[in-house]
Amino acid sequence: MKFSYLRLGAVLQKELREYRRSPFIVGTMAVLPLVFLVEPIIIIFRLGASVSPAVVDRSVSATFLLLLISPVLIPAVLSAYSVVGEREQGTLEPLLTTPVRREELLLGKALGVVVPTIAIAYVVFAIVELSAHLFASNPEVAVALSQGPHVLAELLFAPLLAGWSIWVGIGISTRASEVRVAQQLGTLASLPPLAVVALVSFNVFTPSFGTSLAFALGLLVADIVMWRIVAAMFDRERLIVGASAQREPSGGGGNRPTGVVRRIPRAGGSDHA
Amino acid sequence: MPGARGAQPSGQVLALEVDHLTKRFHHRTAFEDVSFSVAQGEVFGFLGPNGAGKTTTVRTLGTLIAPTSGSASVAGIPLTPENGPEIRQRIAIMPENPGLYRRLTVTENLQLFAKLYQQRNAAVRIGEALEAVNLTARAQDLCGGLSKGLLQRVGLARALLNDPTVMFLDEPTSGLDPVATREVYDLINGLRRRGVTVFLTTHRLEEAERLCDRVAILNTKLRLVGRPDELREQLFTRSLVVETLTPLAAPDEVFNSTDGVDSWQPQGSSTYVLDVADPRNIAPQVTRALVAAGADVVSISESRHSLEDVYLQLIDDDPEASKR
Repeated sequence: MKFSYLRLGAVLQKELREYRRSPFIVGTMAVLPLVFLVEPIIIIFRLGASVSPAVVDRSVSATFLLLLISPVLIPAVLSAYSVVGEREQGTLEPLLTTPVRREELLLGKALGVVVPTIAIAYVVFAIVELSAHLFASNPEVAVALSQGPHVLAELLFAPLLAGWSIWVGIGISTRASEVRVAQQLGTLASLPPLAVVALVSFNVFTPSFGTSLAFALGLLVADIVMWRIVAAMFDRERLIVGASAQREPSGGGGNRPTGVVRRIPRAGGSDHA
Repeated sequence: MPGARGAQPSGQVLALEVDHLTKRFHHRTAFEDVSFSVAQGEVFGFLGPNGAGKTTTVRTLGTLIAPTSGSASVAGIPLTPENGPEIRQRIAIMPENPGLYRRLTVTENLQLFAKLYQQRNAAVRIGEALEAVNLTARAQDLCGGLSKGLLQRVGLARALLNDPTVMFLDEPTSGLDPVATREVYDLINGLRRRGVTVFLTTHRLEEAERLCDRVAILNTKLRLVGRPDELREQLFTRSLVVETLTPLAAPDEVFNSTDGVDSWQPQGSSTYVLDVADPRNIAPQVTRALVAAGADVVSISESRHSLEDVYLQLIDDDPEASKR
């Protein structure tokens, strides 16, 4: 049975519908970008006309770091919930009884997280750009924010960093025993790529088209590798019965000697007890 | 299997064929050396105490869990990991907990599954499924606002979406009121008429007796497979229950002198249970003997053991089950 875009679309549509109907998820999705929107705007509005270009550049770089935190943290929390959350709700087993392939299910879930994340990240970035062009008292701010490497980095890094967080989150979600553990681990594991962004933001090295593209390429490779690892980790049996059940030495169905109680041969057939 | 409730005619197409199937989780055995077959269109009851391995068996046949050893074919397809998607396309499993998305409406839940089964005319299929479980009026309700019984019916509607060859139902009437339960029974009988094989896991023995062509009793190992009446006959001696208006003065003389009565014992003051080989032919002789003895006969009837009696008899005899 081949990969089906219909099934992928069905999973994606379900994910988006669930977000839309969940005020808590939408609320947490909105609050974080708002926090990281206010901070950059304050930074760029506090830069007076007399501030030197070097200070402006440093401030704008810090702004980029803040703008990239949302696309890392939001998907980390959402994707960490994606599988273990369904298991806790009891919706995973019916889903796994359908012909859906693990690739379709995982990609559908990943897209369900990446679509709102990227939309939010780009909207926030657009607001910052627009505010700088319309209201910044120092004209160098708008110039610095519009530099090609910076814009390219923002546009590329947001989805790729989100991709990393999503695959790490889903990977943890397929193995975690409960949602809280998955979300905490997912958030922690999503942070390492931000360290590289921080190096750029703190001007340890200056982004150029080349470095931005190279870093984006590295993130893309990491995303693809993570996707393959997560797909390989997706084990229906483990998800249904749980790791503890697989390891459990006794209990449940029991490991007791099972002497035959009574054999009643079936009429007209070949069944045997 | 209309008209053939019980025995499975040889040569009939098999929907399920299970051969020495075993599932172990490391040192724990979920079920062991289980073999049975289910004919196309048969309603097959799967009974057993808690922890007997019923759900694990369903999950294994539903390709959610890989067997440790043995083989099986489901809907005519060999049970192998690579055949998983194809098998799942032809079967439906309704777990005891329907597992519906509570933030989605009934229709949205069904839309998801119709698309996962790649149903063309999904809207038509959803309409038919909702009609079959009498839920058309609640199609736009959020599942989070439905009662347990209604959720169970949505789960059943979902199981109908892909027009399955084999349907696994785990406690389908759990939490349903009597009217809704009757509707589910009608639905299962309707599936039988359409040639759908139903694998019914239930704790309601009267339900199994009422619906199933054959039942199996599992207790890690398969203990019994057969028609309910066949199981009764093989587990219990047949008997006549005689009730008289007043206690017999000399029951020994009456019953011991009647041909065909193997033994008898009193049950209460004026009721007697007679072990007989052929209740239908012995009953007139017993009646004549009683009348000849001057007894006022209130009733003579064949003692009927329910499937519950069979189950309890079996489980009482099973030292493993009694430990649960």
